Amino acid sequence: MTERIERPPVRELERLARLVRWHVLNTVTQSKAGHIGGPLSMADLLVALYFSELSIDPEHPDDPERDRFVLSKGHSAIGLYSVLALRGYFPIDELASFDHGDSRLQGHPDMRLTPGVDVSSGSLGQGLSAAVGIALGAQKRGRDFHTWVVLGDGELQEGMVWEAVNSARRFGLSNLTAIIDLNGLQQYGWAAQQGRDRFDRSEPWGHADLPMILRGYGWTVIEINGHSFAEIFDAFDQVKRAAESGAGPSVIVARTEKGHGISFTRGTYKWHNGVADETQLALARAELLTEGDQS
Amino acid sequence: MKAQRDVWAETLVEVAGLDDTVMVVDGDLANSTKADLFAKAFPDRFVEVGIAEQNMVGIAFGLSTLGYRPWLSTFGVFLTHRALDPIRMLVSQTHASVRLAGAYSGLLNGSSGKTHQDIEDLAIMRAMPNLTVIAPVDEVEAAAVVRWSCAHDGPVYVRLARDAVAPVLPVDYMFELGSVVVLRHGGPVALVSTGVQSSRVFDAAELLAAQGIDARVVHVPTIKPLDETSLLAAIDGCTHVITIEEHTIIGGLGGLVAETLTSHGIAVPVTRLGLADSWSESGPNEFLLDKYGLSAGRVAERVTAAVLADLPTAVH
Ligand SMILES: Cc1ncc(C[n+]2csc(CCOP(=O)(O)OP(=O)(O)O)c2C)c(N)n1
Ligand SMILES: [Mg+2]
Repeated sequence: MTERIERPPVRELERLARLVRWHVLNTVTQSKAGHIGGPLSMADLLVALYFSELSIDPEHPDDPERDRFVLSKGHSAIGLYSVLALRGYFPIDELASFDHGDSRLQGHPDMRLTPGVDVSSGSLGQGLSAAVGIALGAQKRGRDFHTWVVLGDGELQEGMVWEAVNSARRFGLSNLTAIIDLNGLQQYGWAAQQGRDRFDRSEPWGHADLPMILRGYGWTVIEINGHSFAEIFDAFDQVKRAAESGAGPSVIVARTEKGHGISFTRGTYKWHNGVADETQLALARAELLTEGDQS
Repeated sequence: MKAQRDVWAETLVEVAGLDDTVMVVDGDLANSTKADLFAKAFPDRFVEVGIAEQNMVGIAFGLSTLGYRPWLSTFGVFLTHRALDPIRMLVSQTHASVRLAGAYSGLLNGSSGKTHQDIEDLAIMRAMPNLTVIAPVDEVEAAAVVRWSCAHDGPVYVRLARDAVAPVLPVDYMFELGSVVVLRHGGPVALVSTGVQSSRVFDAAELLAAQGIDARVVHVPTIKPLDETSLLAAIDGCTHVITIEEHTIIGGLGGLVAETLTSHGIAVPVTRLGLADSWSESGPNEFLLDKYGLSAGRVAERVTAAVLADLPTAVH
C-alpha cells in the first residue's frame, strides 16, 4: 500500500542514517570511484523523508498516487540508492553493483533503470523544473500527491533553477517542496575567506541572503539544521500547513555539513568525491556501525 | 497555401478534441508559433512558462510523467541550442513523450537574422539517441506529421517553417516514418532535399527540365530513423546525387545521405548544397534564398554547375 509509515523513534532514524553513511563510503570505496560529501550531507534529510514523510510503497514503485522525489543533485546518487535499499526497493547487496557495467545503479540516477527513482538527473540544475512539471501535472490531473526535490547549494548557481523557482510560484504549486542541502561547499568553488566561511572553501551563498531571495520569489521558506531530526520533522509539519493553506511552493533551507558523520570526510571540499583507504574504512566502520548492524 | 505553423496549431486543436493528453507548453511566443489558437481552444492544457526555454523542457518532461504528451512552442533555435541539455537528459535519455516543435526553423523567420536562424538543428538533433527527427515539406505533410507525432510514444523533433511554400504532396498523402518520397521521376541526377526546401527543389527541377536536365527529386521527411532501403531505392540508377538543404552542409541531410551511401558501398558522387559553413543574415525571404543559393532559380544554376563539373565537392 502506498502510504506514510509510522514515524520511527529518532534513535532508529539516527541508526538508519549512520547505515546510509556507511553504505555510501563503503560502496564508493569498493567501486573505486564516486561522490561522498554530498550524499553524506543529505543523509538525514533523505532518511527522514523515506522513513516517515513520503507516501510510497517499495512494492509498487510506480503507483500513480505515490509522492514523488527528485534528486536534482544527481551526483549524490549513492546516497539515494542506500536509502532506497534500506527502505526495501531492492536488496542491499545490490549496492555492490553501483557504477558497474550492466547495473541498475548507474553513476547518476536513471528513472528507467532503478525502482524508486522518479526522475533522471546528473546534469545539475534541471530537477526543479522537472518537479514543477510533475507538480503542475498533478494539479491538472487532480492528484493529491506531494512532490519533493533536493538541490545542492552549488547547484543553485545554475540559471535554470531560478527559471523554475519563478515558475513554481507563478503556478501556485502548493504541492511542491524543495530542500536545499546547504552544505557550504561544492566541488571546487573559491578560496575561503578567513572568518567568513564555515569550511575550507568559500560558501556558495556566503555573499547573498539566500532565504531572503527565495522569500522574495514568494516561496514559504523554512530554515533548519539539516542534521536534526527534530528540526526536520518540524519543517515537514510547516510544509504541510503551507500546502494545506495553498500558500504556494515551500523550501526547506537545510544547513548541513558536507561529508557529515565521518570524522575525516566532514567539512572539506576534498571529500566531494574520493575513496577511503583501509585505515579510513576501518575508522568509519567504528564510527558508524554498532553491534548487530550488517556491514 | 498555408504555413506550417498554422497547420501545426490547427491540427493540434483538432487532435486535442479527441485526445486529452495533448498539451502545449509555450515560451512567450504563442502568437508567433500560432499556439495562441490552441491556448484559446484549450486554456487548461496550455501552459505559458515565459521566456525560459530550459525550464520549459523540464516542465514538459514533468508533465509527461503524468501521462501528458506536451508540445513545446518556441523558435527551433531556442530549443536545439538554449535548451539542449535538458532535452538531452530529461527527454532523450528518458525517452519521454515530449514533442519539440522547432518553429521558424531554417533561414526564413521574418528578417530576424542569424541569431534566430536555426541552420544546425538537424545535425544536432540527429546526433541525439532516441530522438525522432522529422522535417515535413508542406502543409499536407506537416498536418500528417503532427498527427503521427501525437500518437507516438517517445520524443520527436519536428522542424517547422514560418512561411508557406507551394504544396507538393496530394491531400490524401499518408506519412510513413522513415520512408522517402519521390516527388519527381527522372535521372540520372537525383536532387535530394528535406523540409520546405524540397518544395523549392521541386520547382528547380522544372526549370532544369526546360534546360534539358532531367532530374529526379527525392524528399526525405524523416531525418531519423531513416529507412535506408527506401532512400537507396529512390536514388537507384542515378549517377550523381545532389543534396540541398536550408541548413549547414555539415552533419544534416547531406551528411545523412553521404553516410548512407558510403556505408552501402554506393560510389556515386554526392554534392552537398546548403549553408557552406557560414552564418546568414537578415533580409526578405527572396533575398536570402537567392543569396544563399536556395531559391528554385539558384538551385537550378548550382545543380547545372555541379552536373557539368560532376565533382563531389560542396559548392556554395
Ligand atoms: C551542469 C553540471 N555542471 C557541472 C557538474 C559537475 N559537478 C558535479 S557535482 C558538482 C558540485 C555540486 O555542488 P553542490 O550542488 O553544492 O552539491 P554537494 O555539495 O551537495 O555535493 C559539480 C560542479 C554537473 N554534474 N552538472
Ligand atoms: Mg554543496
